[in-house]
Amino acid sequence: MQQRAIHPSQERPPFWRDERVLSVISQIVVVGIVVGLLAFFYTNMVSSLREQLGVPIDYGFLKQTAGFDIGESLISYSRSDTYARAFLVGLLNTLQVAVLGIVFATILGIIIGVMRLSTNFLVNRIATAYIEFLRNVPLLVLLIFWAQAVFFKLPRIKEAIILPGPIYLSNRGIAIPWGIPTETWPTYTRILLGGLVLAIIVTIVLRERGKRTGRMPILSLWFLVTLIAVGIIGWFVLPQPPLVLDRPELVGFNTKGGRTLSQQFMALLSGLVIYTAAFIAEVVRAGIQSVSKGQREAATALGLTPFQVLRLVIFPQALRVIIPPLTSQYLNLTKNSSLAIAIGYPDLFAVAGNTILNQTGRAVEVFSLVMGIYLFFSLTTSLFMNIYNRRIRLVER
Amino acid sequence: MAAPVVRTSSAEVLPPPTERYTLLGWLKKNLFTDWFNTLLTFLALGFLYLIIPPLLRWAFTGAEWAVIPANFNLFMRGQYPAEQALRIWIVLWLTAIVVGFTWGVWSKEISPALVVVAAIPVLLMLVPFFAMETRLKLLGVEILGVVGYVIGRRVPRKHNQIATWLLIITLFASVFILRGFGPEQTDSLWARVPTNLWGGLLLSLLLSIFGIGFSFPIGVLLALGRQSKLPAIRTVSVLYIEFIRGVPLISLLFMGQVMLQLFLPEGFPPIDRVVRALVAIILFSAAYTAENVRGGLQSVPKGQYEAAMSLGLSTYQMMRLIILPQALRAVIPVLVGQFIGLFKDTSLVALVGLFDLLGIARVVLANPDWLGTQQEVYVFIAILYWIFSYAMSYASRRLEISLGVGQR
Repeated sequence: MQQRAIHPSQERPPFWRDERVLSVISQIVVVGIVVGLLAFFYTNMVSSLREQLGVPIDYGFLKQTAGFDIGESLISYSRSDTYARAFLVGLLNTLQVAVLGIVFATILGIIIGVMRLSTNFLVNRIATAYIEFLRNVPLLVLLIFWAQAVFFKLPRIKEAIILPGPIYLSNRGIAIPWGIPTETWPTYTRILLGGLVLAIIVTIVLRERGKRTGRMPILSLWFLVTLIAVGIIGWFVLPQPPLVLDRPELVGFNTKGGRTLSQQFMALLSGLVIYTAAFIAEVVRAGIQSVSKGQREAATALGLTPFQVLRLVIFPQALRVIIPPLTSQYLNLTKNSSLAIAIGYPDLFAVAGNTILNQTGRAVEVFSLVMGIYLFFSLTTSLFMNIYNRRIRLVER
Repeated sequence: MAAPVVRTSSAEVLPPPTERYTLLGWLKKNLFTDWFNTLLTFLALGFLYLIIPPLLRWAFTGAEWAVIPANFNLFMRGQYPAEQALRIWIVLWLTAIVVGFTWGVWSKEISPALVVVAAIPVLLMLVPFFAMETRLKLLGVEILGVVGYVIGRRVPRKHNQIATWLLIITLFASVFILRGFGPEQTDSLWARVPTNLWGGLLLSLLLSIFGIGFSFPIGVLLALGRQSKLPAIRTVSVLYIEFIRGVPLISLLFMGQVMLQLFLPEGFPPIDRVVRALVAIILFSAAYTAENVRGGLQSVPKGQYEAAMSLGLSTYQMMRLIILPQALRAVIPVLVGQFIGLFKDTSLVALVGLFDLLGIARVVLANPDWLGTQQEVYVFIAILYWIFSYAMSYASRRLEISLGVGQR
């Protein structure tokens, strides 16, 4: 008997039907097409750039003087600074809006998400209406409405709206009370740093003891208690408080003291927060609802207190569902902050993609830098997300 | 001698007892269960009292709504010339009949969603400031839709490919009808209308429909590429998807306007601005479609692949006949969500100088006659966007139920 007849697959098929050969060929074809297209685009780009600007790609313009003003900046900047510094100003403005936006959107989103689960009919309906309205309206329309129909229509300074604080709302911006550092501020920051180190040590010690005795204390609580205790003690031990509260007041046609936030900044921040909070609320609601009722019942049957049920059973499971979409909402907020260009807030995209591009005409360089920065944020975030997901993943068979 | 009592008919079937509340009982259960709930109720009432009366006062006495009827045509079709506007109605009538037909082929029973959709033209006819002519044209949309539905119902469901092809043909035919033939700027009905005159809701809808339509096949290919066992194909797909998802849409739109021409060889005719925006939208949307479809592919059990392969199907046959139908059915609601997102995102083209719904709103506001009506105009277009998005998400929820996603 022939071996061949029993194992026909041992014979190699002709190469045009051999899977190994085909897979190599198809990969070569795909890569060839992609590389060919890119090369085609690149050569076209280089030749037309050479015609328009003389040199194809050159980042040297970053060292030249910018020569334009930027409405607001976290670092010192004037028109005689370089383009590179203008980039940095835009980047910091983006980061400022993104970080503050994420903090406030999370707080508001959790509140609305919990309201959405409330058994109280009115509270529940208010949250539902909020979510359903905002999720179905474009962010850009919301932002422009917020800026042009609300913040840019604030009254003149003489008729400023005064909220308790005092907070002055006028067409000169929003003046809020602000802490001003005194001479002891540098010492205080050092004390806080020491408190942080102490809090970490306390946490580690408590965790080790908890492992030994089998009674694990609430570590995050102790961490916070230590940090806050050091902060409070430090505040009063110092000869002079490290921060004094500076309240804005009306002086002539302006406000003096405190800190004045521009209308553009406030419009962008509040628009992003209100919009993203609706999405975060849905994420939070889905997360809490994803923990099955049996979990709560089982935990209660084991004799855990309601707080323990929440902290040890419900929360860890809800977080597993909440964190990934929550991160993508944070990334969305950061990317959406580029809509600042529509309302005149000088963020990264408005400074680079608009002003610098118009002045220099260096589209390739400017866009590669801007996109590279946004890409950096999102890729690092997804990297951490993947690590986190791997850590909390349910271990399955 | 009494006859035995025997029941000859079955007992009356009673509905299950329902919970019955008096008004007070309902209030107690939903608003005043304990002191905390009562507190919440009063807080909520206080909040509503702060918000609602000023809002109503503004809407009914403060706001100058005259700006909306005066510019209604602009909002709907932008600067599309009035002489050729009948062509938009032709497109609408064509769409009505084809959509009615498709619906009839797909679903034989009259669902609530169908009633809602069918009611839309009738409801629009009730808008107070429409001319009688507009109302008659809307009546035409309604009648053609019903005619299409009646025809579609007689076609057995196995022929649903006809409907799909008809939809695709209509889509492209619409563009040709809107674009027209022959020279520009004549009074004839079929004169060419350059795309820079297309605008308003018309442009927003066209951009989102074509955006999702073209990005869908690319997205499916990318999703398959990302799942592929071949490293080179996988890498190319992953790089593309992660790059696009990492940058804001507005940067792609700007790039499309500024740089697309740079990538093409010299002497290449300049690309239409609307097309440039559409290219950016398609490239953007494809990456998100790919991620959504990937979710669907991962939901198909491995046994399906193995079963298909053991039947001797080729990879192409396996994907087309076994895997993709299941994967796509699982992600239809997500894709509808993505479509809603894209429809909202088309508002960004206003920032690169196109006159979509938002862009045209800015044009209206720049008109000295309508200075200071920002609140009215933006509230109006926000409501328009809202109606469309909410209707689609409602339809997708109905679709989810009728497809039995998550139940099979």
